[in-house]
Amino acid sequence: MNPIIRFENVTKRFGALTVLDSFNFEVQRGEKVTLIGPSGSGKSTVLRILMTLEPFQEGQLELDGISYHEPNGRGTFKASEKHLHKIRCNVGMVFQSFNLFPHMTVLRNVVEAPVAVLKMKREEAESRATELLRMVGLSDKKDHFPSQLSGGQQQRVAIARALAMRPRVLLFDEPTSALDPQLVGEVLGVIRDLAQEHDLTMLLVTHEMRFAREVSDRVCFFDRGRIVEQGDPDMLFSNPQQPRTREFLSSILGEQAPARESLRQVQ
Amino acid sequence: MTWTQYLAPLLKGAQVTVMISLASITIGALLAFAAGIARTSSNRIISGIAFVYIVLFRGTPLLVQLFWFYYALPLIGVSFDPITTGIMTLSLLTGAFGAEVVRGALLAVPPTQLEAARALNFSKTYTLWHISMPQAIIEMMPSFGNLAIQNLKDTALVSLISIADLTFQAQSMRNITLDSATVYTLTLLGYFIIALCLMLIVRFIEMKLRRGPAFPRSAHS
Amino acid sequence: MMYGYAWDTSTPLTFALSILPILGIGLLVTLQAAAVGYAIALVLGLVLALLRRSKIKIISWTVAGFTEFVRDTPLLVQLFFLYYVLPDFGIILPAFMTGALALGLQYSAYTSEVYRAGIDAVPRGQWEAATALNLTRRQTYRDIVVPQMIPRIVPALGNYLVSMLKETPVLSVVTVLDMLGLANMIGERTFEYLVPLSMVGLIFLPMTLICSALIFLVERALPKSGIPLR
Repeated sequence: MNPIIRFENVTKRFGALTVLDSFNFEVQRGEKVTLIGPSGSGKSTVLRILMTLEPFQEGQLELDGISYHEPNGRGTFKASEKHLHKIRCNVGMVFQSFNLFPHMTVLRNVVEAPVAVLKMKREEAESRATELLRMVGLSDKKDHFPSQLSGGQQQRVAIARALAMRPRVLLFDEPTSALDPQLVGEVLGVIRDLAQEHDLTMLLVTHEMRFAREVSDRVCFFDRGRIVEQGDPDMLFSNPQQPRTREFLSSILGEQAPARESLRQVQ
Repeated sequence: MTWTQYLAPLLKGAQVTVMISLASITIGALLAFAAGIARTSSNRIISGIAFVYIVLFRGTPLLVQLFWFYYALPLIGVSFDPITTGIMTLSLLTGAFGAEVVRGALLAVPPTQLEAARALNFSKTYTLWHISMPQAIIEMMPSFGNLAIQNLKDTALVSLISIADLTFQAQSMRNITLDSATVYTLTLLGYFIIALCLMLIVRFIEMKLRRGPAFPRSAHS
Repeated sequence: MMYGYAWDTSTPLTFALSILPILGIGLLVTLQAAAVGYAIALVLGLVLALLRRSKIKIISWTVAGFTEFVRDTPLLVQLFFLYYVLPDFGIILPAFMTGALALGLQYSAYTSEVYRAGIDAVPRGQWEAATALNLTRRQTYRDIVVPQMIPRIVPALGNYLVSMLKETPVLSVVTVLDMLGLANMIGERTFEYLVPLSMVGLIFLPMTLICSALIFLVERALPKSGIPLR
């Protein structure tokens, strides 16, 4: 099977700082992968590069067979806007700070892109949006504005908004890190339901370890721009091989003992 | 005449412009503090007088004010020479705009500071000069910078009450040579250069204030 | 006598009342000049702000320098420049248009800064969300950025309108017959400057206050998060 995402020796620099160094990574169709690791380890950068929010200096990247370089590219990220537009059709992203459009109603937030980009008719887009909002449990809020919603509700709208574009790959960049603890569960519940979709490839960056263990096919531990260890979640969490992985997991899981309660309440 | 020969008379005019600008900025600053502080006073009369002054000079055009002081006032017996009229009018205008800046900056001092001063039993005057003002002054500087530039541009209008400033000299040069493009370009460049110098001065003052006793060195990177 | 109205200089009050119609005509000219000038400033300022964001360094630096130059030099000299130099290049405009053009030019330097600050104030996350949803630049500006920009720029743009109204009397220097120009003419003929000039001031005062109040009301009516789209 051809992987749907393929990083090949990708190097990403921010000025003098090298965030990803000859990075290699593959994701299969329909796979649910969680990226964990300390801040600055490069995991969010991987998502942002995939979403075309950041360019990369060296290497090759392919999504569903389409390269992030144009055919005449010479090693630097020289894709034109038109080419990037094509690539973005297959990727969607849910942001840590939701980034809902504050001046639009919930419904409008979800139909905006399908109408403008996919050229869908307004009625069709609205009926799809209503269905998506029902899926995330917010049908009654469709005429509200984001400022009238809680953080957890806003993030669920953001997920519906991303799904409205029918991406093959959905990226989650620390989706619950900006939420009050009691609102985390409702968002994780929506993501858990999404993980049941066989065709949807999901890349998740999160600190919610127990959730990651429950939902992922594979967990990758990042440190300083490389994947130190990856594998089946149960194996990685219960029996980490690398010392750095062990260090990280013990420090994080030690703090997360109280979190066990909130997740249980949701279940 | 070649354009280099325009420079001497224009330079003379620039000197007058700079003199008038600096004088009216200075007096205007004093008026700004006086009126700005008066506006925060609890005394209704003082606050009211300042209010009327500010509204009057902010709500009417400078040129109308200049002509009024120059042509209208003499008719009731009060007359000044052109330069005094010019400096006086510009000072009053800059002072009125500056007063709002001063007032705004004073009101922006965190109320917790005033509460602390109250708790320590400082008098209102002491609080104003030793607590509010040092913190407010830094906030005022960027706006003061803009007002200084605005003042410089406003000085051009005094050429219309026959003061021999840069614009006046430009007009007379133009009448002699009919070389409008060169004369006015040089004049605009002249004002631009003076404006840049003004900005440097304001930035310098701002820097000096930041290093002053109100701000310990460790608070700034 | 002017525009068919005679004046009565017997007492200050009769004088004031008799020249009111004449000043009224001048007021119309003032308002028209400000309207045209402001329209030019709004459009030209937007053009300058967008050019300033160009990726081509030469364009953005030239525009930046030009804007700074216009901002820091007097309107009066710019007005003289346009009034005397444009005919030398074959562009002959009525004095009113030259005046409105000068106003528009000077204030476009201010409005471009307001637009720039407004665009920069829209949070980066909004741009990123628009990219993630694959909106084109044009759609992003139209539906996401501009509606959020507008409430932020209305106060500053409104203040500049009031400032421009107060600078229109400068146009009287190049023979535009606005309120000040007419007041001066009355003064020249009657040697009575006090009443006409005071009247002009007294007309400007409520005009600027009303204008500021209107702007405040518009500001209040706009939701802070942006022009609502349903």
